Amino acid sequence: MLNGIPINFYIMLSAVLFIIGVVGVMARRNAIIIFMCIELMLNAVNLLLVAFSTLHNDASGQVFVFFIMAVAAAEVAVGLAILSMVYRNFKTIDIDLLSRLKN
Amino acid sequence: MLGYTITQWLFGILSFLAIMFALMVVFTRNPVNSVLYLVLTFFCIAGHYLLLNAQFLAVVHIVVYAGAIMVLFLFIIMLMNLNADTEPRKHIATRLIAGTIGGMLLFVMVGALKGSEQLQLVHGGSSQIGLVKNLGKVLFSEFLFPFEIASVLLLAALVGAIMIGKRDTNINSKETTN
Repeated sequence: MLNGIPINFYIMLSAVLFIIGVVGVMARRNAIIIFMCIELMLNAVNLLLVAFSTLHNDASGQVFVFFIMAVAAAEVAVGLAILSMVYRNFKTIDIDLLSRLKN
Repeated sequence: MLGYTITQWLFGILSFLAIMFALMVVFTRNPVNSVLYLVLTFFCIAGHYLLLNAQFLAVVHIVVYAGAIMVLFLFIIMLMNLNADTEPRKHIATRLIAGTIGGMLLFVMVGALKGSEQLQLVHGGSSQIGLVKNLGKVLFSEFLFPFEIASVLLLAALVGAIMIGKRDTNINSKETTN
């Protein structure tokens, strides 16, 4: 059965998910939540890449999504290590408090 | 069913759930609940991948994101003892500005897409490109070098995370000797 969904719907869905991630990054103070919103943005882009890969019947898009997942995993590992070190030194991960960079 | 195929119904339901769960990620106060809603969002996105006939990516997405990355997040949150809503709210003006900027961005994107009335249908049902066999062939022929680079990147991230996360005993011992 053919997948009769216009590509515009996928673009809209990805745009909405991406913007939810952007709003989350701007509106929250917890650094871990901000990380999670960045993951949400990455996933919105991944979804659009897969949709276009299926549209053009080209496997390169899906391979690219695979690489994005690898990079995201590396980024999360290093980022959470940094956050845990920051928490050990400052006892907080509130970015409004951390933005002073001193004390 | 009301003139829609079952694929379209599935797309609608999965999109609705994904957007709802994504909103809950941003608006829930408790970080643990936020992580769990993000896991649900990832499952909805994996459903979208299945709908697009990208089976390999759907499985990898669930294993990597819902299985590994989210466990890491939960572990860190538990480690920092943040499982109560301890986060103070941002100033109301900041949150209003964030909402306005997001709304304007959405408005611009929808407006830009509104003009292009090319409703190309995504044909996923008959394609075989999402299967492991096909993706493996492309990955190990066309993208062999980036694949190796990705392995080096993961190794570097592993070493970096361990080096950063390690308690720095060297500095402490120096301080005590001084």
